[in-house]
Amino acid sequence: MAGRNEIVVRFAGEGGQGVVTAAEMMARVATGVGYHALTFATFPSQILGGPTWTQARIAKIPVRSPGDAIDILVAFNDEAYQEHRSDVREGGVILLDPAVTPDTSDSHHHCISVPFDELAKQTGESRAANMVVMGGLSRLVNMPLDFFKDFVTNRFAGREGVVEANHMALDLGAAHLEGEDAVADLGKPDKPSYDQLFIKGNEAVATGAMHAGIDFYIGYPISPATPILVYMERNLVGPGKTAVQASSEIESITGLLGAGFAGKKTMTATSGPGFTLMGEGIGLSWMAEIPVVVVDVQRGGPATGLPTKTEQSDLMTALSPAHGDARMPVIAPGTVEECFYGTVAAFNWAERYQGPVMLLTEMSLAERAQNIPKPDLAKVKVESRKVYSGEDGYLRYDSSELSPMPLPGSPGAYVANGSEHDGFGDTTHLPARHVQMTERRFSKLKLLEDGDYERENTSANVAIMPWGGSKGPARDAYDALTAEGVNVSWYYTIFVSPMPPEMVEELLAKDLVLVPELNYLGQMASYLRSMGIKAEAITQYTGLPFKVNELGERIKERLSSSANKNGAKQSNGTKQKGKAVKA
Amino acid sequence: MSDKNAEYDFSWCPGCGDFGVLRALELSMQERIIRTELPMVNNVVVAGIGCSGNTVHLLNGEQPYGFHGIHGRSLPIALGVKMSSPELNVVVVAGDGDFLSIGMEHIAPQAARNLNICAVVMDNGVYGLTKGQSSPTTQLETVTSSTPYGKLEKPVNPLDLYLTLGVTYIASGFSSKPKDLAALITQGMDHRGFSIVHVASPCTTYNDTYEILKGSAKKGIEGTAWAIPDSHDAGDADAARAVIHEGGMPLGVIYKDTSRPSFDQQFDGIRKRATQKSTAELLSAFDL
Repeated sequence: MAGRNEIVVRFAGEGGQGVVTAAEMMARVATGVGYHALTFATFPSQILGGPTWTQARIAKIPVRSPGDAIDILVAFNDEAYQEHRSDVREGGVILLDPAVTPDTSDSHHHCISVPFDELAKQTGESRAANMVVMGGLSRLVNMPLDFFKDFVTNRFAGREGVVEANHMALDLGAAHLEGEDAVADLGKPDKPSYDQLFIKGNEAVATGAMHAGIDFYIGYPISPATPILVYMERNLVGPGKTAVQASSEIESITGLLGAGFAGKKTMTATSGPGFTLMGEGIGLSWMAEIPVVVVDVQRGGPATGLPTKTEQSDLMTALSPAHGDARMPVIAPGTVEECFYGTVAAFNWAERYQGPVMLLTEMSLAERAQNIPKPDLAKVKVESRKVYSGEDGYLRYDSSELSPMPLPGSPGAYVANGSEHDGFGDTTHLPARHVQMTERRFSKLKLLEDGDYERENTSANVAIMPWGGSKGPARDAYDALTAEGVNVSWYYTIFVSPMPPEMVEELLAKDLVLVPELNYLGQMASYLRSMGIKAEAITQYTGLPFKVNELGERIKERLSSSANKNGAKQSNGTKQKGKAVKA
Repeated sequence: MSDKNAEYDFSWCPGCGDFGVLRALELSMQERIIRTELPMVNNVVVAGIGCSGNTVHLLNGEQPYGFHGIHGRSLPIALGVKMSSPELNVVVVAGDGDFLSIGMEHIAPQAARNLNICAVVMDNGVYGLTKGQSSPTTQLETVTSSTPYGKLEKPVNPLDLYLTLGVTYIASGFSSKPKDLAALITQGMDHRGFSIVHVASPCTTYNDTYEILKGSAKKGIEGTAWAIPDSHDAGDADAARAVIHEGGMPLGVIYKDTSRPSFDQQFDGIRKRATQKSTAELLSAFDL
């Protein structure tokens, strides 16, 4: 859907060639002067080398998805050129390393050879190849070179030589593309009047945790969650604050439980394999009623799966990471901004109901850099658990509902017990106790039914309801369909479990709820069906996000198949056909 | 049966060594209350799963905080408690299966950190609660329900393991001598770092080693338990290793290293060096 008023630029090459930083820099420069942008990155699972590509989508208005067709491809080697050129739109431009010979059959793209490295060397700063690219791009997207030069001046403030070399690189790149037609004209940016951040999903989670008042972080390195650990090790310091690198995810979750028991606000972040290892500990958190926040930055699975690709396939695990009779609260942000607010909400929920809360993000969000409105911290409410302040002899678990939590060191000693227990926390096997305690634990979920949700055009019989990171492409597809006159409604929430009850009521009234999601099983659709909602998934499992056009086509295809069958009034459990459907 | 709660329906078998360990732990915590003038709720007892784990429910009198977690994970739970509230006295109670089999992976990291807690390991050389399977300390060729043709795996030497991993206080005790054991536990609690009190605590049902440990004058059997002489220099790792390899069951303080700072002390150092920023400041690092 790349048009004249927006631009999608992809950088492809080897890890270590500056591919990742190029897209981020492009987006950072553009957002710095008032455009909107987001990046998408996919890495090889190795330290150096390996095929890597990133892209930036830039527009005058807020962007929600990475962009379907590329306007400009910057290919640093032949492999990158061959791999990505088919994604370049008709009339798009490909900037090529001189070592790459463009295919003569490639007539619908304009291929330009740019000696990135050679021009960089002329500046005396061989690492300035990215700036050569930026200089060239400034021509192609009609952005004044000064935007880039000002960025360089700020970024390298105080380092005159570096600034000079990079300015020269920008000039050389621009000069090399002198006379080339621009592929788009973004127009003058409308700089938003509000304060903004340029931030990635993982960073939004980390800063959200900071705002929520995190005291204790423990985590084990795993892609793509590691940046949260690194952030916490650096920044979670000061009186009463602790960040520890664990020896395993089992140590992470159980260490977290010790800290939560001791009265601290706690969080760990991991990805699928580590999340599974935490299962038993998360069950203990539910059983002993200890607040903890567990972040699962989803990646392709199972096992090591696709550690550097995106997928939404841990929903079932998040709802039931443990064995036994339990249902986890799950919050799944779908944008970088929601990563911040969703994390604060996860802490608030954990503190409020005294138990574990799962925060599901995903690779594409974690590594997405984007401009977002700066949160007004004074308006972001932070909650803390009810603390017991009475005398000794307290029966912490005796009531049939939430009760204040004693803190070790103060009166009110009890046993936090993973075995079924009585009011004090001592082990018991009495049937009546298990009934009472099971109902007590589930009753606390009621305290979390305050989540908000988005809804539009609610009178339509068919709804589109994405979750997590598929929100962006689904929303773009919804807008396009609506513009075409297709009558569908829009539903969305980050509060997956418990889902806002009014939202569930409204979805129950629909003939069909279509759920775009990145997994084979159609996990969210299955979850919705368990609540009686007539939901079907539109799935994709490539390790990449949805493309807006493809998604829109598949939604239309499904709608027309419903129409042919005289409405979508088939009952649950009937055999459903169509490639979009996974029953 | 716990005298505080009739609903709790667990009990150890008659003669179980764990009764002696329970008594020693009670003595040690009560002595600590008097000496430090800190209340009982300043103590947290973290237990794993198995016969040993029930210690937390069987403590008599004034109650400490307890955490009866999941199998093998008492050490990392204690890590979370201690690093959150360094002023608390954190004691781990675990069995040989809990501590040395499923929980083995957690010993090395706490030793590396010199986590300031005291672990009391009740070693009966068998999985009792699941009815008599072999454990890491079950002797070679022993017939158990899970080793019907005799145990094939070489038993671990726990004391040697602790010394190798760098545990900074290592003591060995016997459940039949609760007063001596209490003194070892008290020293372990007072030690600023990771302390382990490894206790021979026989299982009268599946692995009754009382006679082997104590000996029998009547039968002419010499006991394998022996008191470490006062002349032993616990600060000397080589001397400690010699004691461990002397054979039998040495009783007393084997090793003590007071030169290393504990993990919470090191964090105090970080907190002095690093600057804490407000959320507003942290967010501003991403300002456009």
